[in-house]
Amino acid sequence: MKSMLNVMGVINVRNQKEVLEELTVKRCIASVPFGGRYRLIDFVLSSMVNSGIFNVGIFTLKKSRSLMDHLGTGKDWDLNRKKDGLFILPPEYTCSPEVFTGELQNLYYHLDYFNKSKQEYVLIAAGNMICNIDFHEAYKFHLEKGADITLLYRSKNIAGVEDFFRGRKVKLAEDGKVLDIEETPGEGDFEKGKTLLKCFIMKKSLFMEMIEYCVKEKRCSLVRDGIIGNLNRLKIYGYPYDGYLAVINSLPVYYKYSMELLKPEVWSDLFFRPGLIFTKVKDEPPTRYLRGSRVNNSLLANGCLIEGTVENSIIFRGVKVQKGAVIKDSIVMQKSHIEENSFLENAILDKDVLVTRDKEIKGNKEEPVVISKNMVV
Amino acid sequence: MAIKRSNEIIAMLLAGGEGKRLGLLTRKLAKPAVPFGGKYRIIDFTLSNCSNSGIFTVGVLTQYQPLALNSHIGIGIPWDFDRREGGVTMLPPFVKEQGGKWYRGTANAIYQNINFIEEYDPNYVLIISGDHIYKMDYSQMLEYHKEKGAEATIAVIEVPWEEANRFGIMNADEDGLIKEFQEKPKKPKNNLASMGIYIFDWKILRRYLRKDERNTRSSNDFGKDVIPLMLREGRKLYAYPFKGYWKDVGTIESLWEANMDLLKDNPPLDLYDKDFRIYTVNPNQPPHYLGSRARVICSMINEGCMVLGEVNHSILFPGVSVGEGSRIRDSVIMPGVKIGKNVFIDRAIVGEGTVIGDGTRIKDSREDAPEIILIRDKLEIPHNSYVTCTLESIKDLKGGKAVSSLAYRERA
Repeated sequence: MKSMLNVMGVINVRNQKEVLEELTVKRCIASVPFGGRYRLIDFVLSSMVNSGIFNVGIFTLKKSRSLMDHLGTGKDWDLNRKKDGLFILPPEYTCSPEVFTGELQNLYYHLDYFNKSKQEYVLIAAGNMICNIDFHEAYKFHLEKGADITLLYRSKNIAGVEDFFRGRKVKLAEDGKVLDIEETPGEGDFEKGKTLLKCFIMKKSLFMEMIEYCVKEKRCSLVRDGIIGNLNRLKIYGYPYDGYLAVINSLPVYYKYSMELLKPEVWSDLFFRPGLIFTKVKDEPPTRYLRGSRVNNSLLANGCLIEGTVENSIIFRGVKVQKGAVIKDSIVMQKSHIEENSFLENAILDKDVLVTRDKEIKGNKEEPVVISKNMVV
Repeated sequence: MAIKRSNEIIAMLLAGGEGKRLGLLTRKLAKPAVPFGGKYRIIDFTLSNCSNSGIFTVGVLTQYQPLALNSHIGIGIPWDFDRREGGVTMLPPFVKEQGGKWYRGTANAIYQNINFIEEYDPNYVLIISGDHIYKMDYSQMLEYHKEKGAEATIAVIEVPWEEANRFGIMNADEDGLIKEFQEKPKKPKNNLASMGIYIFDWKILRRYLRKDERNTRSSNDFGKDVIPLMLREGRKLYAYPFKGYWKDVGTIESLWEANMDLLKDNPPLDLYDKDFRIYTVNPNQPPHYLGSRARVICSMINEGCMVLGEVNHSILFPGVSVGEGSRIRDSVIMPGVKIGKNVFIDRAIVGEGTVIGDGTRIKDSREDAPEIILIRDKLEIPHNSYVTCTLESIKDLKGGKAVSSLAYRERA
């Protein structure tokens, strides 16, 4: 087992307004279902656990009920521990939403959590990254370089990523030292291809200093004010992560990267290497294909009963597809039920949707139709 | 229905059976640990029955090859047996002052664990075995036991008349009071067979366990010795009629059949009932992927599988891959099996982790009465092999062929 026992993980669940439209009306982005049986947060959380981190704090802001229900005691990630484990850290209620400036204030409010934790280092990551990262390699790099801060970045210009991934560009020296970072994403005079992830490693003491500084000086961006503002003072390095990655920040991106999972090479890479992605266990039986089922190029989780046709689609746990129903290029979430002879194309069905018989739901590739949770169509 | 007091009833689950007739499958594990239904092990059904019946104190009596069972059950988390009080306790034979003794028969196994039961001082003890596939709410049986004022209650099921001679047959009056017990009778008086599921008043059972133990000629078996003894002494034994699916998967044939039963249009055993889940250790694999040219019909497929070929009327456990152009028919493929391209498999059970090379054909060539072919776990079968019989070792493949004459014959 790799040891990152001296590192604590921090997952920051950002408070963007309904970034995934209907899918985020009642849940935060980190708990949006993805890939047939997961929630977005599972990818970063499992990466941390697989890398040997066993103290993880999850800073939530709003709409965290579904996230808390999903995480529970952290048992499914092996984080129900006597020492350390999983900590869910919601914001203080006393400040009104108008005064509340978000992430930084929440981190500040929970400085005690950092104080109490025995780890010397902290790894900070966003909760909306689809990835399977060995953070241990980045941590080793951080120690070897004697860096104050190590920022993870994307070095390859992987097709499609640039169009969607609104990260800050970064300039690096040969040895990986960070020379410059864009102040505002997309506005600097930077060459394409090297984009920062919302993921970095530093000493816990430095991180706490930064939080205190930003809050006292009424600054609101940890990256701009804490990191870019200290480029000259601190040794900041960039560590390239070129494995599979998607940053889910809009509905088209969500749809696009869900569909990417249908490439066998993505499936066998993202879900298995370097470690498995863990999620809340549901005890569903295997999926049953009945007489008349026709399923091609699709991903299906357990507990489904399939009697109809499914093509190029992602079917979550416990979905029923009845005789004559056709599902094409769609995402159907947990326990939804498609009755006889209905037709779905380019649609995203949230959990527990019932599509009654002979209905047609059709979107287009750029703008899939989204049907909200518990709807009856 | 939930059973309220934690010490009202406890379950003793007999899981030491070797399952000799399962041949290769039980070389390294006890029969209750044999994988079943694309996800489970046989014992999951009785463990889940206990959990679903509100029985959370369970002693599991192991003897033969307990490693797989021990690691599977652990502290019983999947069944909610990780409890402050009670929970699951593994009970292998142990050494006493006068030395150690194996469990001799079912009754002796319980007798040797009287101290365990006394710890909980229950009113009732449920005796079950981990060898059968069925779903049953034991709390209803307990209600029946109490209503009748029985001293022991035996669950019975109707079996086909022509098979009644293979079972222990209970002859009961209209009220359910058992008058007579016939063990494997040549001329059965009825077709109500004992399912090997008993509820006893603990104090009565304790007395009879001790009495049976003193009888040196006894084989210390519930069906053969203890029940007949209680009947002879005029104890109040009642038959509890059970309706539903119940299957002993003691042979390769019956194990295969029970798997195939799950694939019927209206399966007699419903695994999809959310109010009566069958729990097991979850493999935590991604959703399975069916390729653009895959064809899957009348089958069950678990997580982590990748199917590029055709799967017809078969069951795939987690992490199985089926290459392009391959066809799987009427088969059960256990976890992690890798099947190459253009492979044909018909009526086979393929053991965990076996790798099957491209172009291989696995099928009993006898059209009239084909047997189920068993392929041992962790074999590496070379490309273009030709297998018509059970394959125990790669050495049985002579020139890439394994045909019936070289076959491993069932050790029945």
